[in-house]
Amino acid sequence: MKLILIFARAGTFAENKDVARDIRMEDIMPALEKNEDIVLDFSEVEAATQSFIHALISEVLRKYGPRALDRLAFKSCNDTVKKIISIVVDYMQESMGIESDENQT
Amino acid sequence: MKVHLPNSAFLGNIDPFLRARDSSAPEFLEITANKKWISVHPVVLSMIAALGLNIKPENVRCEKFEARSKHYFVRMGLFKILGIPSDISITEHEPAGRFIPLTQIKTSEELSKFISEMIPLMHLEAEQAKTLGYIVSELVRNVLEHASAEHGALLCAQYYEKINTIRIGITDTGVGIKATINQSYPAKTDLEAIQLALMPGITGTTRREGGTEQNAGAGLFFIKSIASVNRDYFIIYSGTGFYKLLKKSSTKQMTLNADPFKDKHSEDNALPYWQGTVVGVDITLDQTEEFSLLLDVIRQTYRKTVRERTRARYKRPRFI
Repeated sequence: MKLILIFARAGTFAENKDVARDIRMEDIMPALEKNEDIVLDFSEVEAATQSFIHALISEVLRKYGPRALDRLAFKSCNDTVKKIISIVVDYMQESMGIESDENQT
Repeated sequence: MKVHLPNSAFLGNIDPFLRARDSSAPEFLEITANKKWISVHPVVLSMIAALGLNIKPENVRCEKFEARSKHYFVRMGLFKILGIPSDISITEHEPAGRFIPLTQIKTSEELSKFISEMIPLMHLEAEQAKTLGYIVSELVRNVLEHASAEHGALLCAQYYEKINTIRIGITDTGVGIKATINQSYPAKTDLEAIQLALMPGITGTTRREGGTEQNAGAGLFFIKSIASVNRDYFIIYSGTGFYKLLKKSSTKQMTLNADPFKDKHSEDNALPYWQGTVVGVDITLDQTEEFSLLLDVIRQTYRKTVRERTRARYKRPRFI
């Protein structure tokens, strides 16, 4: 399992998309290639922008589809960060024609 | 060019200021001002600073300010950024908690550093600081990534204690919204390009739903949504196009429109041409505890919009 500490890379306010891209390309993608489980740890991160989260995970979802979410876990997110992540996960799946769990009744 | 600082120009009444700008003789900048009192939104200062950065300091002519509020322009760093002397003497105050003077940001690193220093300075509560940081980050990153602006982003902000509101202005003199949007969408006018840029999931970098790995086309929609939910003003001006989100009446229901033209707004497509983009936002801090609720509504609106747009592109069976 690969643990990635977002605070250590992006600080308390995760907004730098270049940092998000580096985490995605240097850590997330290689780990997924090796079928490793990944934990993105948001401890001490007080806020994140949609742009940061998009740069962090949208290409992961695009490349691996929703099954990437089986390997990817988001740890210690506050309510706001959880919601931003959910927005990005939702619109990426919608854009790929995948219904979210909440729509499947 | 000629710019006149009027008695009052805030987002609600900024239109006459924008219309009055004389853009002839672009190698010179002449600044005149109301003689009694000048009270203007930070976006006005960011515009003048942005204009001035494209002109040699010796070609900037600024008449002697006589208004009693003249010290404000020194504190906000207008003369300093324009590179022109001022004979207005002030007692320097710590900017903490009141204003962010005119600041030029040209790189991603400068932006991250600025945000990390700005938030503690403004002495805001945690939720309010998040909202301010969010707005500055998304708007300035738009400039850095899309505007191709030689001088980057010019921004400043002011906190108004009596109304517990922060007013923010961010300006660039880059390629403008139409040139950016036209890379992927055939917007015919500046106003049409502004309309597209404010819709969720529309970006100049691609027509693909979900955007590119670095751009989703959501930043301006988020900012407009924050202003809409807070019942605040939001303006965007690029080329000859101008969009103003107007204050809406107080209702309990929080709703968002994907199409900005469905919001209560005013628009103009014949303003004096602005090379680049100007954004002004007011954020009433009393309302920012609703940020978390806003994200729920954004999630619903965004999902619905992407789904409708995706389905509109489905090929239909041919029945013959």
